Amino acid sequence: MTGAIWNLLLALAWVILSGDFSGLNLVVGLVFGYITLVLIEPQVDALKGYPVRVPRILKFLGFFIKELVQANLRVGFDILTPPWHMKPGVIAMPLEARTELEITMVANLISLTPGTLSLDVSDDRKVLYIHAMFLDDEEELRRNLKEMESRALELFR
Amino acid sequence: MIETIKGFLILTGALFMLLAALGILRLPDLLTRMHATTKAAALGVILIMLAVAVHFGDVAVVARAFAIIVFVLMTAPVAAHVIGRAGYFVGSKLWSGTVKDELRPNYDPLTHELKSGLETDANARHEPRDSDPQ
Repeated sequence: MTGAIWNLLLALAWVILSGDFSGLNLVVGLVFGYITLVLIEPQVDALKGYPVRVPRILKFLGFFIKELVQANLRVGFDILTPPWHMKPGVIAMPLEARTELEITMVANLISLTPGTLSLDVSDDRKVLYIHAMFLDDEEELRRNLKEMESRALELFR
Repeated sequence: MIETIKGFLILTGALFMLLAALGILRLPDLLTRMHATTKAAALGVILIMLAVAVHFGDVAVVARAFAIIVFVLMTAPVAAHVIGRAGYFVGSKLWSGTVKDELRPNYDPLTHELKSGLETDANARHEPRDSDPQ
């Protein structure tokens, strides 16, 4: 968090000092600020872990967009063709996320990928109940959900 | 070149919205309908907003287009979850082709308690948490 604030401050300083108040120049400032922070990270304890976090977030975004488009096409195909290929069902997924914030983020991400919709969390916060549209290969689906969860948790921890 | 990209983005966005509308009409039960409407429609909005950002290419418009995308991504899953959950617990029927339901046996409609199915004697006891409503 401190890393992100410093990055933004450096970018603002860049924009003010170079005198070009455009969005593109702000992006340039962000990139230079990030490079500076990567260089001084070994000496400053408060910045620990910031350099690896940014590429991780970008990688996660790419992974997520891929999943989103792929699964949307699958649901779309099933809606357009007359016979139903889907096998909907409610499954229980054990959660690795512990705090309320982590559970909220994981549940939202699962709801956002088409084909899965988070229904409820058990009272002891250990299991997330998910409605899935394609249960042909339950093991595969559980593996995908687990991968999504662990990738999302990496961003917070 | 830019014209082609814009056209592609708008057409695919509209196509996904059309799919969402068809999904409401065709899908058999509440939960599967929620699948179609929220996600396909959200993807449609995102694609059209990207086309808007590319078309105007102006900082003020691009920033607003991205703000719209972020807010849609934040609110769509919450709305889908709330409607789906309410519908399920109020008792809307699942489609006859539903293959399994692991929630039903763990839910007690009288006390509204939802077990995880992982309880041992130790953690099955009800312990008050800080987040419990008073």
